[in-house]
Amino acid sequence: MTTLTETTTQVYRIYIKATPEAIWDAITKPEWTKRYGYTGLADYDLRPGGAYQVRPTPQFKAEAEAQGYPCPDVIIDGEVIEADPPHKLVTTFRMLMDPEMADEGFTRITHEIRRAPDGGSCSLTVTHELAGAPKLAAMTRGDLEAEGAGGGHAWTLSDLKSLLETGSPLAG
Amino acid sequence: MTDDRVFKALADPTRRFLLDLLFARDGRTLTELESELEMTRYGVMKHLRVLEDANLVVTRRSGREKFHFLNPVPIQQIHDRWIDKYTEHHTSALIDLKDELENGS
Repeated sequence: MTTLTETTTQVYRIYIKATPEAIWDAITKPEWTKRYGYTGLADYDLRPGGAYQVRPTPQFKAEAEAQGYPCPDVIIDGEVIEADPPHKLVTTFRMLMDPEMADEGFTRITHEIRRAPDGGSCSLTVTHELAGAPKLAAMTRGDLEAEGAGGGHAWTLSDLKSLLETGSPLAG
Repeated sequence: MTDDRVFKALADPTRRFLLDLLFARDGRTLTELESELEMTRYGVMKHLRVLEDANLVVTRRSGREKFHFLNPVPIQQIHDRWIDKYTEHHTSALIDLKDELENGS
């Protein structure tokens, strides 16, 4: 039996030539998160019940507003459910950039980092449970890319891999 | 090397069909996938194994069930590596020419 939850879950996995610690830092530290994907400044209080927020960089805010999107001071909020550095991070996740997505409420996102059998790389698996959040699901799937909402998780992870392996993100 | 595994995995109609099934509805069990194919359970398992080795399918356990998810990341990487490089402009011009010649319009 497939439950509703399974059909609305998205799973992404990428292999990165980097240590688990480097990948963990790239996910949790703002000096890294501002350099790839949606370039937000992540702020995690890494304990169960701790706050999770992403704020826009001044450049991101200026660009969004120049395109006519009012940009809130917090673009993602949520709560840390589990933090086991550098292996597992579970948080809730609510997108506040778009009022319709904000109304969909909190979803749940899990990051898992594992050493690959080759020893030199790790797998990073992102599992996003998106029940009740069809608009956010379209965005994270990359379906809203033509509307300027970016390429979702696959795009963000490809960018993260480029940054960690080459020192620069895909967009240069 | 990773590219080899992805291209090999995609070079089979049954495996492409399995990916299309997961694209239409993600997070399915082996039993559900098997019911869509005229093939033994073992045959479907073998194909899923190749897709997993290529990282095109990721499984996730929930209770006693094992769910299969389409992982679009390797396809995104192939796109970045092979499609962007050979300029989409030229590709679309050739596809237009093919359509014109084949449809005689």
